[in-house]
Amino acid sequence: MTESTYRIQGATGDWEVVIGLEVHAQVTSNSKLFSGSATAFGAEPNTQVSLIDAAMPGMLPVLNGECIRQAVRTGMAIDAQINKWSRFDRKNYFYADLPQGYQISQLYHPIVGEGSLTIEADEKAGIPEAKVIGVERIHVEQDAGKLMHDQHPTMSYVDLNRSGVALMEIVSRPDMTSPAEAGAYLSKLRTILRYVGSCDGNMDQGSMRADVNVSVRRPGDELGTRTETKNVNSVRFVMQAIEHEANRQVDVIEGGGKIVQETRLFDPNTGSTRSMRSKEDAHDYRYFPDPDLLPLVLEDAFLEDCRASLPELPDAKRARYEGELGLSAYNAAVLTADVDTFQWFEALLAETALAQGKQPAEVAKQAANWLISELFGALNKLGKSLEDSPVSHEHAAELLALVGKGTISGSIAKQVLEIMLETGDGATVIVEREGLKQESDTGAIEAKVDEILAANGDKVAQYREGKVALFGFFVGQTMKAMQGKANPQVVNEILKSKLG
Amino acid sequence: MTELTDLGVAAIRDGVAAGTFSAVEVAEAFNANVAAAQGALNAFIVATPEKAIEAAKAIDAARASGAALGPMAGVPIGMKDLFATQGVQTTAASHMLEGFVPQYESTVSAKLWEAGAGMLGKLNLDQFAMGSSNESSYFGNVISPWQRPGSNAQLTPGGSSGGSSAAIAARLCPAATGTDTGGSIRQPAAYTGTTGIKPTYGRCSRWGVVAFASSLDQAGAMARDVTDCAIVLEAMAGFDPKDSTSLDVAVPAWTASLSADLKGKKVGIPREYRVDGMPAEIDAIWEQGIAWARDAGAEVVEVSLPHTKYALATYYIIAPAEASSNLARYDGVRYGLRDLPDGAGLQDMYAATRAAGFGPEVKRRILIGTYVLSAGFYDAYYTQAQKVRALISQDFAKAFEQVDVLLTPTAPSAAFALGENVDDPLAMYLNDVFTVPASLAGLPAMSVPAGLDAQGLPLGLQIIGRPLDEQGVLNAGLAIEARAGFTARPGKWW
Repeated sequence: MTESTYRIQGATGDWEVVIGLEVHAQVTSNSKLFSGSATAFGAEPNTQVSLIDAAMPGMLPVLNGECIRQAVRTGMAIDAQINKWSRFDRKNYFYADLPQGYQISQLYHPIVGEGSLTIEADEKAGIPEAKVIGVERIHVEQDAGKLMHDQHPTMSYVDLNRSGVALMEIVSRPDMTSPAEAGAYLSKLRTILRYVGSCDGNMDQGSMRADVNVSVRRPGDELGTRTETKNVNSVRFVMQAIEHEANRQVDVIEGGGKIVQETRLFDPNTGSTRSMRSKEDAHDYRYFPDPDLLPLVLEDAFLEDCRASLPELPDAKRARYEGELGLSAYNAAVLTADVDTFQWFEALLAETALAQGKQPAEVAKQAANWLISELFGALNKLGKSLEDSPVSHEHAAELLALVGKGTISGSIAKQVLEIMLETGDGATVIVEREGLKQESDTGAIEAKVDEILAANGDKVAQYREGKVALFGFFVGQTMKAMQGKANPQVVNEILKSKLG
Repeated sequence: MTELTDLGVAAIRDGVAAGTFSAVEVAEAFNANVAAAQGALNAFIVATPEKAIEAAKAIDAARASGAALGPMAGVPIGMKDLFATQGVQTTAASHMLEGFVPQYESTVSAKLWEAGAGMLGKLNLDQFAMGSSNESSYFGNVISPWQRPGSNAQLTPGGSSGGSSAAIAARLCPAATGTDTGGSIRQPAAYTGTTGIKPTYGRCSRWGVVAFASSLDQAGAMARDVTDCAIVLEAMAGFDPKDSTSLDVAVPAWTASLSADLKGKKVGIPREYRVDGMPAEIDAIWEQGIAWARDAGAEVVEVSLPHTKYALATYYIIAPAEASSNLARYDGVRYGLRDLPDGAGLQDMYAATRAAGFGPEVKRRILIGTYVLSAGFYDAYYTQAQKVRALISQDFAKAFEQVDVLLTPTAPSAAFALGENVDDPLAMYLNDVFTVPASLAGLPAMSVPAGLDAQGLPLGLQIIGRPLDEQGVLNAGLAIEARAGFTARPGKWW
């Protein structure tokens, strides 16, 4: 494996960065980890709080099996060991957003053990080769509530809607050595979670956030002391936090100081981190097995069901796009990077194959190229995403079929797409209405070609003397004369035969 | 004519069903006793005479309309104030929860109301069920109705279900709920000449019961005799999906299957329960119990429970550890007491609230629990205690390969005077020496009154059974009860 060459250039030489991420991902489920309360985002404060979530006297947790199913499926998606016996522990600390006075988590026996995921090579980002990043564990735990400090001049308010919502804590190995690798890991993890459907990955809504562990060392040395920057909530911020934190650590060490093991906060406005609390102030969480819950034992049938319910995962899908569909590595990567994208592509592909009476593999390149180079660009200009695309995949397949059958040319297709985006109309309707149908009538094209060759005798002579590059000129002239509606293949054939 | 308040659960139920008296008459009689004794015994934190009458009226109306009556129809009972009761203050005998009125009903109390019982009030207890003498209640000590002859020294009714035991002994209620974490049903029953059973851990739902130590807490029944205990327990028990530690097994018809015949049964006598310095009277009553067991047809076998001597230490690590965490929710943020000194921040509010809201025994256990769970001490205390707990369970499992039930004294002494042990927590904790092992193993166990000591105070015998064998425990209890012929009752001085 080629190691990253990312280095911090300090005054005294190069420094290597070592990064581990603890990602908190909110489990997609209708109710909380240990209560029946709803989990919808954005509800009015304290409207999704049960007696259990508010930790009323005598209330007891009852495990939500769906959250466990999602955690197991996530573990399977990263080829991790699934622990058939796991247990919930209490993490004890006092805070106003933590009604029980403890968080139910899994310290000693997590549900998911060792696994891994692969980040792709990205030369531009300084990732020369694909790299396997280890995942140490995934455990399931409760989220806390939220304090609101801006509702009253002297008091803080508590919103317990999030209290008890299920989180997966996904702990990586310290296998990343550059901000780019960490960013790629987080993106890939998000992709996998979204494929699996175990987390919606909405980082701006707090559904996914990362604690970033960073240390620096001389290349080849022992690990340095790490700091942990809490609750960073975007890929970009994670990369910024690492960049800043690694440089800060180098400055401290080179200035003769020592790195203190501490918890830090990231400020998105300045892109910097600041100290929150040091190890000396660290809580003693007094973890112990939660006596209100029995150990969690997973049956084989349950595990089989989890495995059977897994979708095709990003790596497998990308390989299939390249292998079976013959897409370029780049296109395959782009199309599989997110659930919305591949779903749109696969729908388009199915419609396109149907419309043209061909096998998907025969039209895959056409569909992929058009989607990536035409529709993405057009949507981008409009500030829209696939989700709110004015062009449906049925209409898009119709457009591609028109091109595939030679009814319109590629350049006319661009015009048709513009109109589709504006009107939402189908491609055939537009082509008919606007009279954009491509001319495949050899006679009409021959007539134009003859005119053009006659008018450009000098260039014909040069071409025949060997200046073959002029062929493009004749094509252009002919297409222009045909107002872009000539079938380019027919034009080529006629020109070739006439020019000899 | 016998006073209505001298009747037990079965007699009241049957009398109401037969129309010998009305449920309202019964409720009124007990309400009057509750009111008359409150000043002297302090058994209740809150009396709810209107609730008792309301339930009784419903039963009388149901009977009049010919509707089927539940197994406790017309029986008014006392509810230990650890059970959440909807619309009725639930305090766990703490200042912390003074004035706390739940919007929910505990599963156990709901089942009892469903069975036709009515509520006389919320019974006093040791604060958060922590104590063996009922001296840690924020609402004052419960005074036992029993007194030594020629003395008016106030005696303990035992704890933590001291309000329950005192109320039953004083005829303030025919039965009551209790909870038992390390002996809190059995020891008070023994001290007051009443009967109490703690079922197998998981038989009764803990949902809506203020938690002390989750892995040990178990609700149970207290009454004047074994049959009544069986009736009440049968109504309380049952699987509850809201409690993950609740056992998903059917509740057998214990009452219908009661039998005092122990022929073919083996009764084990654990030799490790003969502790040094045990009063001769306790030994004597135990010997008497052994003789009764033989008389009932049982074969008596000596067995060994070698890890018994570690049980108390184990218990006083595990129970406080769980309690320290369970009681963290009482923080002044959402309900209950809030002490917010001027200019206080969050941490100050926690400190002030918890300092004011918890009594000394509760604080002591929170501190012990916090200590044993601390980094650096966890393995030495908590992990070790869990290992010993497993060994204690194994001891019982091995013994139950040989015998059907175990017979032991319930407590190492009769009731002591209030104040006698208050300054010596260790002496106080020793009260639980015989009851704690069965709690650690989650086994069903009961105390039945067996006789009086030289001072005329009641002594109890404990029967411990196999997991889920409440029937075996009740039957052995019935055999002892039949032979003990315990009819003593405290003279009425209040």
